[in-house]
Amino acid sequence: MNLTLFVWRQKGPEDTGRLERYEAGDISTGMSFLEMLDVVNDKLIKNGEEPIAFDHDCREGICGTCSQVINGVPHGPEGKTTVCQLHMRNFSDGDTIYIEPLKSKAFPVISDLIVDRSALDRIIQAGGYISVHTGGVPDANTILVAKHDADTAMDAAECIGCGACVAACPNGSAMLFLAARVSHLAMLPQGRVEAKRRVRSMISAMSKEGFGNCSNHYECHAVCPKGIKLSFIAKLNREFIKAFGYVAEKDSAARPADVSIAD
Amino acid sequence: MILDGKCPSGPLSEKWDKRRSEMRLINPSNKRRYKIIVVGTGLAGASAAASLGELGYNVEAFCYQDSPRRAHSIAAQGGINAAKNYPNDGDGIYRLFYDTIKGGDFRSREANVYRLAQVSNNIIDQCVAQGVPFARDYAGYLDNRSFGGAQVSRTFYAKGQTGQQLLLGAYSALSRQINAGSVRLHTRTEMLDLVVIEGEARGITVRDMITGEIRSYAADAVCLCSGGYINVFCLSTNGMGSNVTAAYRAYKKGAFLANPCFTQIHPTCIPVSGDHQSKLTLMSESLRNDGRVWVPKKTGDNRSPREIPEEERDYYLERKYPGFGNLAPRDISSRAAKEVCDEGRGVGPGGRGVYLDFAGAIARIGESVIRQRYGNLFDMYERITGENAYRQPMRIYPAPHYAMGGLWVDYNLESNIRGLFVLGEANFSDHGANRLGASALMQGLGDGYFIIPYTIADYLAQRTPGTVTSEHPEFRRSRDERAVEIKRLFSINGRKSVNDFYRELGGVMWDYAGLPRSEESLKKALELIPRIRAEFWENVKIPGSGSELNQELEKAGRVADFLEFGELITLDALHRNESCGSHFRVEYQMPDGEARRDDENFCYVGAWQYMGADKMPELHKEPLDFENIQLSVRSYK
Amino acid sequence: MKSLIKNAAGRKIFMAVTGQLMVLFIIIHVIGNSTIYFGVLNSYADHLHAVPFLLWVFRLVMLTVFLIHVLFGILLTLDNCSARPGSYAVRAYRQSTFASRNMIWTGLLICLFLFYHLLHFTFQIIRPEVSAGVNSDAMGRPDVFNMLVMNFQHFSVTLIYILAIVALVLHLSHGIQSSFQTLGLNNERTLPVITKGGSIVAYVLFFGYIAIPVMIFIGILHG
Ligand SMILES: Cc1cc2nc3c(=O)[nH]c(=O)nc-3n(C[C@H](O)[C@H](O)[C@H](O)COP(=O)(O)OP(=O)(O)OC[C@H]3O[C@@H](n4cnc5c(N)ncnc54)[C@H](O)[C@@H]3O)c2cc1C
Ligand code: HEM
Ligand code: FES
Repeated sequence: MNLTLFVWRQKGPEDTGRLERYEAGDISTGMSFLEMLDVVNDKLIKNGEEPIAFDHDCREGICGTCSQVINGVPHGPEGKTTVCQLHMRNFSDGDTIYIEPLKSKAFPVISDLIVDRSALDRIIQAGGYISVHTGGVPDANTILVAKHDADTAMDAAECIGCGACVAACPNGSAMLFLAARVSHLAMLPQGRVEAKRRVRSMISAMSKEGFGNCSNHYECHAVCPKGIKLSFIAKLNREFIKAFGYVAEKDSAARPADVSIAD
Repeated sequence: MILDGKCPSGPLSEKWDKRRSEMRLINPSNKRRYKIIVVGTGLAGASAAASLGELGYNVEAFCYQDSPRRAHSIAAQGGINAAKNYPNDGDGIYRLFYDTIKGGDFRSREANVYRLAQVSNNIIDQCVAQGVPFARDYAGYLDNRSFGGAQVSRTFYAKGQTGQQLLLGAYSALSRQINAGSVRLHTRTEMLDLVVIEGEARGITVRDMITGEIRSYAADAVCLCSGGYINVFCLSTNGMGSNVTAAYRAYKKGAFLANPCFTQIHPTCIPVSGDHQSKLTLMSESLRNDGRVWVPKKTGDNRSPREIPEEERDYYLERKYPGFGNLAPRDISSRAAKEVCDEGRGVGPGGRGVYLDFAGAIARIGESVIRQRYGNLFDMYERITGENAYRQPMRIYPAPHYAMGGLWVDYNLESNIRGLFVLGEANFSDHGANRLGASALMQGLGDGYFIIPYTIADYLAQRTPGTVTSEHPEFRRSRDERAVEIKRLFSINGRKSVNDFYRELGGVMWDYAGLPRSEESLKKALELIPRIRAEFWENVKIPGSGSELNQELEKAGRVADFLEFGELITLDALHRNESCGSHFRVEYQMPDGEARRDDENFCYVGAWQYMGADKMPELHKEPLDFENIQLSVRSYK
Repeated sequence: MKSLIKNAAGRKIFMAVTGQLMVLFIIIHVIGNSTIYFGVLNSYADHLHAVPFLLWVFRLVMLTVFLIHVLFGILLTLDNCSARPGSYAVRAYRQSTFASRNMIWTGLLICLFLFYHLLHFTFQIIRPEVSAGVNSDAMGRPDVFNMLVMNFQHFSVTLIYILAIVALVLHLSHGIQSSFQTLGLNNERTLPVITKGGSIVAYVLFFGYIAIPVMIFIGILHG
């Protein structure tokens, strides 16, 4: 089939960027969306033009690297599918497709469809973990977790950190991303210990990074390739309310800082 | 040269303890004076960087993705082994050790594998403490399943996303150290060179993938955790960016590359659908628990599968390996599939596929149970192929999946270059000629959490920290060379894209150096690869410039290395005149078609040394001594 | 508490609490209004004003609640707008609603209307000639009933009220369910129930409020 593409081209963060038109000919329905772009790029390269830059790695829908907004929907029309797993049989001959980068203040564009999502990493770094050291932990089976809780934690933990939720949210909020992490760890006894600290530091990090807030539009869930549930946002809010009055302290045990040498 | 793996002496089960008690330690307040570079933030890299940072070292971590969480470890599906014996089915450290050695067709080091089995239990404890949501039973205990041909249930799993969950666990630990300032993270930064000064690894040269800047980092030791090289086949189950560059550049600086020809071809992948194919998708091996593999008995039978009557189907795995049937190990299943397809009995486009049929299982236990067990895999299959596997059998085909070979390391995970440690899939250490399912995750995390923290201390304790900076002439030379290389790539300005060459190389590797291999085919590959390489350097086209984000340039650098490395794989395969594990040479088979291993002549690790461009690399051998187990024919009949 | 007020997520909690308080208020308000059908509106209104002190305390509380809601609503919206620079060339919404995306506008409309409403019926500065303050009923109480009838006979007055009620209903059709989610009073099972329940309550309120002006305008309720 033949398609008309309007693709966002932007040299770097300073450039203003614009949509450019490309024709994609001879596209087969068995191709993935990214393979379709590969075909377009190959032609561009051979014509001496710069190919469209886009992020991708596993092409299996698990690494969360791929990120594009297709006809206004992050990851495209199929639902519960990453762009790399989206196949061209979802489109028809003659379609016009708009391809844009994820848009959010917290995700500056690096080049074309590639954006900088390190803000999500910084939210995790702010406290999205259990502060356990390597070694010295008890036998795994001494920590019992009800099957239901373990399964729910797993459902939350499926988040691939692609940032589609942020790009879909009219407020550019990362609530679903936080919700997934906070709920995953809060469901487990190991994670309860520092639940308050975690939610507080992650929420402040989210604001600091320039993400918006949740107005419960639920666009995030609609585009989430892993279908992370909205109830986790409620859980995040619950955890946040529980943490009222908690005074954050720094994790001084993370590294043996300057050990004073006793003489 | 005869290589020494430096394994401790003494009884197998005491070796690691013995080594640990002998190793030197570093005063806690001194640790921060030592800088350690960790290249790669997959399971091996993230766990190493986190553990080392936590101990107080000054760690610089690098990855080419935009986040550590995207390393290819994320894609592992099936699970991770451990010798916990929770199900009480007869497992234990020795059995896991034995199975791994046997699975690797007796081409790995006993001491390493035993240690791996020992630390496997600590890994599970560690991961649970980090919050990895492993599957549990109704009593709240951890659940296990049998995986990849094992006869005990020793695999821990988190839905079909075990690698993801383990990586997120290691990523959490890493994030905590980044927050604490003990690890500095450099994403979108690709290692292009190892800097060796006076025989010791002292740093790396990298390219900033956003600005194009070439920079160097000096350190007291370097850990390479850069993953496997199976993308030399172009189409594989690995991520698009997985590469050999980091390991190959170390090889060019003198590190030995061991057993490169041990490349695992996974039996259950979704077949190629056309020329546009950019990667292959693995379907979890667990599908073989309930699916039956077959092809039509007649060649060229293109009736739809449901119309082919039972007696005209060849359930070839059940026929050839009645003991294991559809659960026969990976190398055996893959070879059998390739064989029937080469006979012309393959199904689907180009005859490159065999059926994996669930009709029997659906009739026996019901569609809902199958949906519960494999629903997400069936969905994924449908998304990619547009076919409903509840109604018609899946089509599967073998695909390159894992690299057992890698940089040579001794028992301490140190390569022959002092101060260069290699962890995870990037080293050659534990899987011999074939890796068993669910053991790569175990190895990556074992290396990073529980081995490197000890062995690197022993190395560093003998050195004064910070004796060189990145202004040392050797670093400057390294940067200049990289800049020249990049300039050279742009100056070619030919007519073919990098992908054109990559596909050509992959085709040659698959056809002539894949599965099976013969002297003739390998020689053919040795003739073709240099030709492709020569054309690459004359006719490749890379648009844009080196001083910006340039994905074609990144790919070109990786493909250039694969074009040299492919030849090394072929040489290694050609020299190994035996069949073992994943390495199947048609000349060396039993009358019944099984692999004929040659323990007399090839019971060694083959480690190659770079001798210069266009020069024949030199082979060094590390003999494998089996003190504790008897070498036997690896039979799954 | 300080961090709650400064932090956006904390402010959102205030929005939800104040929003719910106001919802409670308007539910009571509509029930109070319905005394009109039983002919006891004037007596009800009279009772409300029985203890002026309590009335003023209540009014001050509501005013605070209201101001917090408006202030944080505006601040949050500004925050959210700045977090989303530019829109997509084509915009395809999948789950959000017209109501959810226009909370600030429906909110501000309600705000405007509220001034009007207070000046109109509470402080009776608009159209004082028909206000309850000047006209007493047969029992000497302020004639609220008459005030309503005289006002809603005018198309323009009725129209203003209808528009305001539409804005309110839109605001609440998203707001009610949203507040439960914000306060974490939700799980997978309750989410669809509360979402539906929230809009049902909103529509019930719609009919509850719209009934009086409409019935008066078309003459079902008359003096
Ligand atoms: C589809 C799939 C399924 C699998 N399933 C299983 C399973 O069920 N069980 C199991 O045990 N194993 C499984 N494996 C194997 C296992 O996942 C890998 O062997 C293992 O995760 C490798 O981990 P690693 O840390 O060594 O490397 P990786 O996770 O590949 O990480 C490599 C790291 O190195 C970095 N890097 C690479 N090159 C450079 C460079 N030049 N410069 C800078 N950084 C660089 C990358 O950015 C990355 O961070 C599977 C593999 C695949 C592909
Ligand atoms: C007068 C002006 C008002 C303004 C400017 C206003 C503004 C807003 C805004 C912007 C929001 C969305 C906040 C967000 O999700 O980020 C909101 C939510 C809400 N409003 Fe209002 N509002 C007003 C009046 C009212 C009134 C009168 C009521 C009730 C009768 C009300 C009830 C609610 C409720 C319940 C919510 C949901 C809170 C949540 O999502 O948690 N609002 N308001
Ligand atoms: S490329 Fe990994 S999720 Fe799409």
